Amino acid sequence: MGSNMAECHPVAFRWPVKAKLNGAKLIHVDPRFTRTSALADLHVPIRAGSDITFLGGLINYVINSRRWNTDPFFREYVVNYTNAATVINDDFKDTEDLDGVFSGLVQFTEPQFWAYNGFLGRYDNATWQYKRGPKAPGAATKDLIARRAGPPFDDFVRSLKPGPAEKDPTLKNPRCAFQLLKKHFSRYTPEMVEQVCGSPKEKFVRVAEMLLENSGRERTSAFAYAVAWTQHTYGVQMISCCALLQLLLGNFGRPGGGIMALRGHAAIQGSTDVPTLYHSIHGYMNAPSALRPHETLRDYMAVEATPTGYWGNFPKFMVSYLKSMYGDAATAENDFGYDWHPKILGDHSHMAMFAAMAEGKVKGAVIVGQNPATSLNGGATRRALRQLDWLVVKDNWLTETATHWYLAPEVKSGEFKSADIHTEVFFFPTTQIAEYDGSFTNTQRMLQWHSFAVKAPGDCRTDSWFYHNLAKRMKKAYASSTLPRDQGWKNVTWDFDPDAGEAPLYPGEISARKVLREINGYVTGHPEQQLPGFAALKDDGSTTCASWIYCGCFPAWDQNLTARREPDPPGVPGAHLKWGWAWPANRRVMYNRASADLRGNPWSERKRWIWWDPTFVNPPDPKTGIAPPRGKWVGYDVPDFGATKAPDAKPKPDGIGLDALSGTDAFIMKGDGRGWLYAPSGLVDGPFPTHYEPHESPVQNPLYKQQTSPVHKVWSAGKAWNTLATVADPRFPHVITTYRLTEHYLAGAMSRWLPWLAELQPELFIEIGKALAEEKGIRNTDWVIISTPRARVRAKALVTDRIGVMQVAGKRIHHVGMPWHWGWAGLSVGDVVNDLTAWVGDPNVSIHEGKAFVCNVEKA
Amino acid sequence: MPEAMGFYTDTTICIGCKACEVACKNWNQLPAEDGGIRELSGDSYDNTRKLDGLHWRHVKFIEQFDGPYNGRWLMMSDVCKHCVQAGCLEVCPTGAIIRTEFDTVVIQSDVCNGCRACIAACPFGVIDMNPAAGTAQKCTLCYDRMQVGLEPACAKACPTDSIQFGPIAELRQRANKRLVQLKAQGEKRARLYGDDPNGPLGGLNSFYLLVDEPEVYGLPKDPKLPSRSLKQSGTFAAASGAVLGLLALVGLRKRRMDEIGEGAGGPGSQN
Repeated sequence: MGSNMAECHPVAFRWPVKAKLNGAKLIHVDPRFTRTSALADLHVPIRAGSDITFLGGLINYVINSRRWNTDPFFREYVVNYTNAATVINDDFKDTEDLDGVFSGLVQFTEPQFWAYNGFLGRYDNATWQYKRGPKAPGAATKDLIARRAGPPFDDFVRSLKPGPAEKDPTLKNPRCAFQLLKKHFSRYTPEMVEQVCGSPKEKFVRVAEMLLENSGRERTSAFAYAVAWTQHTYGVQMISCCALLQLLLGNFGRPGGGIMALRGHAAIQGSTDVPTLYHSIHGYMNAPSALRPHETLRDYMAVEATPTGYWGNFPKFMVSYLKSMYGDAATAENDFGYDWHPKILGDHSHMAMFAAMAEGKVKGAVIVGQNPATSLNGGATRRALRQLDWLVVKDNWLTETATHWYLAPEVKSGEFKSADIHTEVFFFPTTQIAEYDGSFTNTQRMLQWHSFAVKAPGDCRTDSWFYHNLAKRMKKAYASSTLPRDQGWKNVTWDFDPDAGEAPLYPGEISARKVLREINGYVTGHPEQQLPGFAALKDDGSTTCASWIYCGCFPAWDQNLTARREPDPPGVPGAHLKWGWAWPANRRVMYNRASADLRGNPWSERKRWIWWDPTFVNPPDPKTGIAPPRGKWVGYDVPDFGATKAPDAKPKPDGIGLDALSGTDAFIMKGDGRGWLYAPSGLVDGPFPTHYEPHESPVQNPLYKQQTSPVHKVWSAGKAWNTLATVADPRFPHVITTYRLTEHYLAGAMSRWLPWLAELQPELFIEIGKALAEEKGIRNTDWVIISTPRARVRAKALVTDRIGVMQVAGKRIHHVGMPWHWGWAGLSVGDVVNDLTAWVGDPNVSIHEGKAFVCNVEKA
Repeated sequence: MPEAMGFYTDTTICIGCKACEVACKNWNQLPAEDGGIRELSGDSYDNTRKLDGLHWRHVKFIEQFDGPYNGRWLMMSDVCKHCVQAGCLEVCPTGAIIRTEFDTVVIQSDVCNGCRACIAACPFGVIDMNPAAGTAQKCTLCYDRMQVGLEPACAKACPTDSIQFGPIAELRQRANKRLVQLKAQGEKRARLYGDDPNGPLGGLNSFYLLVDEPEVYGLPKDPKLPSRSLKQSGTFAAASGAVLGLLALVGLRKRRMDEIGEGAGGPGSQN
């Protein structure tokens, strides 16, 4: 669901095909019958944007099914490995109680200093918390902050420990997460699924039955999704809804289970791990923010560290990160340079920045590896670009972004004149991936090193060259400054020039290995002593590590584990531990403690992955000389658990980190060691996934009075460049979704300029059903005009039965779809489909709603 | 003597990604038609439309639907069939078309005089002129790669192994196993096309697993050699051309075999 894997991830789709040849069943739920559907055993049509209803329907079907209620596997897994039994605060109110919203909904007021957060509303999640007993006596966090306690930060972390959560393992308490969940999803019946999603009821029931049949001790089912689950005003909740279903089916931490996030680009996983994102720093730590109580390092850690579970080590990750930023200048006395670290002011994501830019609040932009002139609400985006004083574009070709000021449709039409656009535009020709060394991190969290294959032509430079040399110039510019705000630039370490003896690939180029070594980390002051893994990290500044989750990928100066290419031989279970390196700690299946039952035995022979060997004799600890008692987790994979922590281990009463969890708490990154059916924190739009309509929808929400997510984002609300359709707007009656084709890549810079690819999909098209074509007198390949409140776009019609008409909430709705690769530059040219989309987005991650909105279609 | 080598294409796992088309063009340095600038064909996702001198691989898209969302979408990567009894080889007057030691059929560009006889003789419409070269061209089964032990570029690039390369005898076994599996799963229309050495053209060294009548995929039900028609028409000129072509072929094959030290008993003698 939410993915067109065969078309967008054809190489990875090799494996589902292999599974199919081995007897696996493939199900594709999608608004279109795509090349993925063609290979599936079952295709189920669904209206774009209604996936939570479909998944919620599956949840409701599963937990009321005979199989789920009679096979003890499901109960054992759910009671022990999820938070089903945890009792929730008495004050929490569900969407069932408040007709579509949760308790805690308050107004959001944009702060003066950064008015581009876009929130329509905000939840105060105080009422969503677990019901807890009193906190254990001990030091108060605020006292420890005042006393500047630590390092070591153990007592500080211990002071954050909340009281014990109330639990009911019988799951009978009406306030336990499971009972709340059961009630929450009770209205998601097969009939409701048919009404909301337009999916035939029989097909929906077949999906539910197939999933039930293929889950349990002996079998597991996996979900794969991609950006068709993210690009919504409730995209994170779609994924969370799937996670909930998979937890209920016991499909996490086990081979062949889980949820695969198929990424939008080849290394997008890497760009969130070592982020190019504004809101997080390396290893999924939140960026220090002016909107949160992050004044000092201890204030920051008090709100960001989770005292129990593996995140209890947060201070070690953070201090080691700060050491990688500021080197010798980072000391315990100056909080390891925390004050020098930039703080974000709020939402600085793509649309927030362009909304600010459109109002003249951004002076310059460096555009690398993207083509915004053809992206999200393209007309508004280009309006924003026209306000810039300067623009740097670094790309392979003169893309639409590089040429918007003289070739954009609004300039060609005379609406704007090039002479009136005062932006100074710089273009830097760039290298391609095969022209430099580096690593990819794929959807499996696996790092794979790649070496350059050919030298780049002409004056092309790598992105690393660009940033490396820019940073060196910046450091020089700030070198003599005495201003406090410039101390960060003065103190930041920047040592990526190749060492003596290592020839740079290009003049002035960095050593990519050196970057990965710093990401891996080393003993402070001794870059030659690489760290073996994140267990070696310290919170006192004696270790330096840019990204704790990557620690261990480069465990010795000359040992780049990401470059390994040694597959397991045929006939073994195939964790392929010597192929590349996967974070964390080279584990291939996360939370794999859940692949064994409570006592540590595999759930079944067939699904054996790691298990507890009680007879294993552990060697003595090299430091203490004392050997731990017998017993160890063994198996095919690296255990995602304390290696010698017995299944019957009890949590230590005053323990922090993993010591606070028991031998069955499989989900070690969670504070309670449980997979969350109910999310008391972490999501800004509710503890349970709930069906809302897309911002632009042809129907009233059939499930609740609340039409859309009450907290989703709208940027430039009320501005002429982001006008929005009303609910069931008669001017825009059709549901439209946008997507990609195998033959092209993203905005086209890597495909529309290549003759071999251009000839395969030479022109922009819209896929429309035969019924709509007949109603509008449109024949195959006729030109049509597609319109939304933002734009009118011209495309050729591809009339097909692979998309069509649906019955939704009693209305006959035509579903149409358009690939969005095109623009005016390159060999294969066409209108910009993203001109149709709006600046509305998800409240958790600020992604736009490009997968479900409304339009009109007319013959041109 | 090397074994007869070829392709087995399992169309049921083709995802229509066209990686084979691109890999073929990349390896064989075939340009895009008109620099890649063309119009949308409107024929499903097929915009290259046919095999010809510039397209030695071609993916077909067949939409079989009975109302919205109700049906199936067949995809098939088409290529030269490397017929055991090859019409093109039979009619080539210059001997440019040869049977290789791998029992595949290759047009030698430097010997081809561009007479186009092979184009008409191919029952599958595989061959056409390459406008850049001025000669008739088609898939060589990557003869140059095979000679150094590499599989053809298309098979190498195929992500799902819909295109499989190997010794024909082994591929036939594999295909039959898959056929049994599909039939057991209820796909009654599943069949192999061109796998039978006693069938039309002595079998195809590029054969297919289909799930419908061959005509649905644009394949002739009963492909024939052009010489069959010649007997009836009795056109002397064409027949003599064919004979000359065959003689030339024998000579050429002899020379080729001598060159690679395989002696005279090449795979051609199997015919």
